[in-house]
Amino acid sequence: MIRFENVGMRYGAGPEVLRDISFQLDVSSFHFVTGSSGAGKSSVLKLIYMSERPSRGVVWLFDKQVSSLPRRALPPLRRHIGVIFQDFRLINHLSTFDNVALPLRLAGESEVKVTETVTDLLTWVGLADRFEARPPTLSGGQQQRVAIARAVIARPSLILADEPTGNVDDAMAMRLLRLLEEMNRLGTTVIVATHNHHLATRMGQPRLHLDGGRIALIRPEAPVDRVMPRS
Amino acid sequence: MSRGFDIPFARDGSVRFLPWIVALMVYLAGLALAGALLLDAALDDWSRGVSGVMTVELPPAATEQAGDIAVAPVVALLQATPGVASVKLLPRAAVAKLVEPWLGTGQAIAALALPQLIDVRIDPAHRPDFAALRAKLATAAPGAVLDDARLRFDRLFDLGMSIEVMTVVILVLIGIAAVLTTVFATRAGLAVHQNVIEILHILGARDSYIARQFARHALGLGLRGGVTGLVLAAATLALLGHAAAAAAILGPGLRLVPAITLLPWQWSVLVLVPIAAAAITYFTALATVHGALARMP
Ligand SMILES: Nc1ncnc2c1ncn2[C@@H]1O[C@H](COP(=O)(O)OP(=O)(O)O)[C@@H](O)[C@H]1O
Ligand SMILES: [Mg+2]
Repeated sequence: MIRFENVGMRYGAGPEVLRDISFQLDVSSFHFVTGSSGAGKSSVLKLIYMSERPSRGVVWLFDKQVSSLPRRALPPLRRHIGVIFQDFRLINHLSTFDNVALPLRLAGESEVKVTETVTDLLTWVGLADRFEARPPTLSGGQQQRVAIARAVIARPSLILADEPTGNVDDAMAMRLLRLLEEMNRLGTTVIVATHNHHLATRMGQPRLHLDGGRIALIRPEAPVDRVMPRS
Repeated sequence: MSRGFDIPFARDGSVRFLPWIVALMVYLAGLALAGALLLDAALDDWSRGVSGVMTVELPPAATEQAGDIAVAPVVALLQATPGVASVKLLPRAAVAKLVEPWLGTGQAIAALALPQLIDVRIDPAHRPDFAALRAKLATAAPGAVLDDARLRFDRLFDLGMSIEVMTVVILVLIGIAAVLTTVFATRAGLAVHQNVIEILHILGARDSYIARQFARHALGLGLRGGVTGLVLAAATLALLGHAAAAAAILGPGLRLVPAITLLPWQWSVLVLVPIAAAAITYFTALATVHGALARMP
């Protein structure tokens, strides 16, 4: 599903924030990416959703070498990825409905299908009465539900969550993680970046730990292992 | 997508000035174009009026009979000249009619020695050699004056043509200014909306989708500015037309203000100006966004 081969990355002419990163994640797996603030968790996710390119090495996604694909080939691939951000990144002047509908409309779905799917999902996440509300008028919890709905509406095969528990209370955070687990059980590959090691440990899932620009795979109940799995 | 914009254009000041600049440009371009159209029509009229005729004027003869004798060889000479279509001696009565506004119809005129005028129609496609003709006339009838209206107007035509060329240059410059303005406004918009653009990209939007949103928005601004500019230009032309009419009441022939009356087809040419402006804003915004996004990773 995802494979990094000796990936290095820097922003502009800055120092390498990621060095010699190699790992492979299988379809329908669930991984955490951990590390302290500034360790490069968000950068790893950006490489996966292709908003940044590696400065060296190769990134494979959906069996394609995406690190060298031309720009115009990326949008169709991105439509198979749902991303949830800590600050939600909703579009503030669009209604809740239009925010959630966006991925479907960008994929060229018919308005009939869009209306049906978005109505169902927003009702399911308990926002049936807030279709027309703009995100700034919603509570933090409601905004996160809109963000989650937008990430899953197009049935992505990969869900990335960047610090999804940062801006909501613990109960809400656990509910989200349970939801992601549920989607993972249904076959979706899930990657959650968090600086909260306890959270990751508590969930009993393997985690990729970033430190000093390097990565290590830590299996639950196992010591740190510096040997990268390779295909 | 026929819905509104995903990018919150309504909230940014970066392009708010664009309609006004476009309005100003369309106003100036519209007036320049109207002037050129009027000038072109006038040049056309003059050209048609003067290029086919010339006049040969013979000095007054003592008697009508003497006059006829002097005229005959000149008429023959003219008829033999290549490029001359027809030759007609104006009868004395016609010449008298010509001077009537100045001299009246009284007895005096009958006694007056009038010049003899020969009206010559020439073939505009094969104009005669005027220098040679003038030389021959000088020997055949000393004192004869060959008056080619065309020659007198040529300098005026040249002036008119250079004004038209300048108008085209001005229109092109206004077009370039419109392109540059749109480029800068669009770049500013790209910077302001960087965040939303990034979100749209992450959600799977193509560059062309984002470019079309910017272009559609620019088109709206361009149309709004273009219509404003055209309305203002039309109002100005109408005002000048009224002023001309008012001046005409003061006295016939008193032309303080040039008469401005555009024909329907000339108006439809003016309507093309805001349409061109809108097209410029649309395609410039489209190209600017495509260019900027293509440089992203
Ligand atoms: N857009 C950027 N431009 C320059 N440097 C950046 C940018 N984003 C992140 N960085 C730097 O890259 C490093 C890793 O950042 P990030 O991936 O956001 O870490 P994390 O998500 O683990 O907190 C940090 O040192 C950060 O300052
Ligand atoms: Mg981060």
